[in-house]
Amino acid sequence: MDFALTEEHRMVQRMVREFAQREVAPVIKEYDRAQEMAPFVLARMAELGILGICFPIRLGGQGMDYISLGLVCEELEAVDTTLRVVMSVHVGLNSMALLQWGTEEQKERFLVPQARGEKISCFGLTEPGAGSDVAGITSSARREGEEYVLNGEKMWISLATKADHALVVARTNPKAPDPHDGLSAFMVELNSPGVKCGDIHGKLGVRAGSTGWLSFQDVCLPAGNRLGEEGEGFKIAMSCLDNGRYTVAAGAAGLIRASLEASVKYANERRAFGREIGKFQLVQQKIARMVQSYEAARLLYLRAGWMKNQGLRNTRETSLAKWFATDASFEAAAEAIQVHGAYGYSDEYDVERYLRNAKGAIIYEGTSEIHQLMQAGYALGYRDDAPLRCELPAYDQEFWQT
Amino acid sequence: MEVTLKIVVCVKQVPDSAAKVVVEDGQVTWGDAPLVINPWDEYAVETALRQQEAYGGEVTAVSMGGENAKEALKHALAMGCQNAVLVSDPALIRADSLLTAQVLAAAIEKIGNVDLAFFGRQAIDGDVGVTAAQTARVLGWPALTLVSAVSQLDPSAGTIRVERSVEEGRQVVEAKLPATISVVKDIGDPRYPSFMGIRKASRAEIPIWKLSDLGLEASTPVVTWPEITNPPKQEVLTETIAGDNPQEIAEKLVDKIIEEKVL
Amino acid sequence: MADKVWAYIDHFKGEPYPSSWEALGAGRALAGQLGGGVTAIVAGSQVKGVAEQAIQYGADEVLFADDVTLVDFRAEAYASLVSKLAQEHKPEVILFPTTSRGRELAAMIAVDLKTGVMPDATDLDVKDGAVVATRPVYAGKLLSQAVCSARPQLITLRVRAFPTPESDATRSGKLTEVPAVLVEADIPTKVTGYTTGGGGVSLSDAAVIVSGGRGISNNPALTPPAGMDEKQAEIWRAQEGFKMIGELAKVLGAAVGASRAAVDAGYIPYEHQVGQTGKVVSPDLYIACGISGAIQHQAGMRTSKMIVAINKDPEAPIFRMARFGVVGDMHTVVPALTEAFRKRLGK
Repeated sequence: MDFALTEEHRMVQRMVREFAQREVAPVIKEYDRAQEMAPFVLARMAELGILGICFPIRLGGQGMDYISLGLVCEELEAVDTTLRVVMSVHVGLNSMALLQWGTEEQKERFLVPQARGEKISCFGLTEPGAGSDVAGITSSARREGEEYVLNGEKMWISLATKADHALVVARTNPKAPDPHDGLSAFMVELNSPGVKCGDIHGKLGVRAGSTGWLSFQDVCLPAGNRLGEEGEGFKIAMSCLDNGRYTVAAGAAGLIRASLEASVKYANERRAFGREIGKFQLVQQKIARMVQSYEAARLLYLRAGWMKNQGLRNTRETSLAKWFATDASFEAAAEAIQVHGAYGYSDEYDVERYLRNAKGAIIYEGTSEIHQLMQAGYALGYRDDAPLRCELPAYDQEFWQT
Repeated sequence: MEVTLKIVVCVKQVPDSAAKVVVEDGQVTWGDAPLVINPWDEYAVETALRQQEAYGGEVTAVSMGGENAKEALKHALAMGCQNAVLVSDPALIRADSLLTAQVLAAAIEKIGNVDLAFFGRQAIDGDVGVTAAQTARVLGWPALTLVSAVSQLDPSAGTIRVERSVEEGRQVVEAKLPATISVVKDIGDPRYPSFMGIRKASRAEIPIWKLSDLGLEASTPVVTWPEITNPPKQEVLTETIAGDNPQEIAEKLVDKIIEEKVL
Repeated sequence: MADKVWAYIDHFKGEPYPSSWEALGAGRALAGQLGGGVTAIVAGSQVKGVAEQAIQYGADEVLFADDVTLVDFRAEAYASLVSKLAQEHKPEVILFPTTSRGRELAAMIAVDLKTGVMPDATDLDVKDGAVVATRPVYAGKLLSQAVCSARPQLITLRVRAFPTPESDATRSGKLTEVPAVLVEADIPTKVTGYTTGGGGVSLSDAAVIVSGGRGISNNPALTPPAGMDEKQAEIWRAQEGFKMIGELAKVLGAAVGASRAAVDAGYIPYEHQVGQTGKVVSPDLYIACGISGAIQHQAGMRTSKMIVAINKDPEAPIFRMARFGVVGDMHTVVPALTEAFRKRLGK
């Protein structure tokens, strides 16, 4: 078992770290305070190829593997969660679904420009009345000849006002005996007539990001925009989450690392009672726990990434990684604030932002409660993953890089 | 593509600038801080690549160092250099600047038909800052050091015009090719390695040249550092400057500051 | 008998660089230990005056080349000249000031004479007849003692690290003119002109920084223009305060910094913030005006070579790190300081 990262992985990590530290870190606080997304972020990430990192070159991507995706997310979130959120929705939830479920035509039409960063994409599942209860969504897509007519509202959608494409899950069969089987997935071009969008402000965290709502009023979608078969929508949505969650898990590890590094730095400088506060055992305990959380979170997401590379179903492992890392990142941020004392309570330092950002991740992409139910289900034998009609392709160097 | 410019850029592998460097038992150590490409050399690579992109040709990154200097070369490859060469030989472990210049000059001659050799202004470990000038002297080429802008490069006419950052401002200098150039930060921010570049670099087989491949004999360095120490801990002795009026205080303070020679 | 110790006198178009005299002084001290006198080397066009000044600053002899090909410093021409002189006279050591010219020149001479160059020395000593140069390395984190086994030993001296000798107009010495070595056709570079430098000094690279803190807006002697509310008046006063700081900075060729409090209060943009959450700076001289010196600010400027603090509060923590402190109102002290520097530095 080789736990070492390849040279390629380390170079990818370093490059993204440089970008995030040099270009985003100095200004992110301003944008967080203004509750606005820094205007250059999407363009820069597109330019540098980060938005297509794990897609085959022949599909407009950079040809790297799924572990690279995780490493990139860790580095981005170590600077700010909003950078990683871009990867979660554009790459994890949307583009990877196209790779997994899309027809060749759909890949050409949607995935290639997305991987190139020419088009930005987002994921429309959650509604004002349905979050964890995915089967309870009410958006509808009524079949009319060679078209579907989409109606409904999606909420808490990252990049809602910035995206060109959205992967939307809606009900195509209201009469299905099991509501899970009545859903289908669609690629929607957001400049279509009937589509409206808006921003949501006033969030506790992820403030330098773009979170909003989408509303669809009689939006006509060609049948060719349907991803997968009618009735597969729920399964597709769950597989999207396998990929989105992976990026969240990796990012949360980066967030723990950020809290750890900030705490170590402060503990080595701040003095009280005649010595650096790092010399006090209760401060040391906090730091030791952050180290433990970081290393565990990191190994969990890397394992999930490795499984994706191998083409192995990883729903359980990704869920475990996401649940662990997000809970741990909230804890780590809270303790980091404590290490910083009153200064941690002010936004002069970054640690209060880490806490506010960490809380969101415990809610989205499956609440921690949902993950606990999943894990217990697996352990108790109540839950099993049946093979999917389309699985995420295993990473193949030759296919990806030629 | 017709190769019109042959460019070499010399890079060095050094401890990260944020590393805590101390002397323990007479040895310099930086703990587990990473070794990186000398930051100034990244500017040199960037400048070299810009010329190559504008006028066509090839850039070869060259480094003299141990096996791990390959990483600095890989960074240069990942940024976009076409080739890389490592000069490594046990006889070069304690090489001084003269030896380094002779080795780099020999490597440049071995590569052959080189029009431009780029260097960063200094390496952040030794802070010696003479390699570009010395390599030029060994080659018999003009040295254009502390360059902040390449104003004009004419490969067919074989001429170059640059702006140099000197104490009095910017000096405009012209020279014939081939020439050596050392660069300062004003020359422009170095690009990040691209993912394609990273992939190419990690796969690259970097040839290693020994002294014998360069036709050089091992020789003893003339400059050595028999002793390295941690700097003495500064104890601050605060002196309060007082006076009857602000003018008096100011004049006393100015005298003291000038005496301490920090201006 | 030829002098063992030489000092290269760097100048720009006939205007000697002050550190050249420091090199001459250091040469004098070395000559005291190695024996013999000190010879100064001057090259340029119309430089007899510089040669004469070198005598006044302590040279016993000056070898000077006065040629139109040497009007601009070009390393190849100057190096060929000095190398030839060194080959003829065989000095033990040649000292240079560490300027853009001095370093390059010493570098090339080292190649010509197959000897060693030890740049940017902060101290010199003699041990067993050889010079030991103390050189900061790893960006000053460590000090190395360098020695050179070949001759001459070429050493460039860090600017302002050595004392300036006294100038004595009554001193006499020998002025010997020497010819230039390269003709124009053999000099591979041409200096075609100069352009004026860029904009203001960058905070991160500045050798001198003057910073203002919260107290910058607290100048009761200023009357704001009519029609301003309290907050606007405060900002106006602060901006006037930073103008005052800017005047001092201009005289010193310094960059302007600020504490987090000043930036947060809107007195000056964030790019001037010095501190843990701003820029970390390491200038030779840091003048803190109306800055209390809380640990977060300290973290940003603690490695400054010298700190001068001006603050009304004698208990302000900044005084503990300052080399010189003035307990007083910066609004009266800073203008007086600007004036005093102006007079002293001849600006």
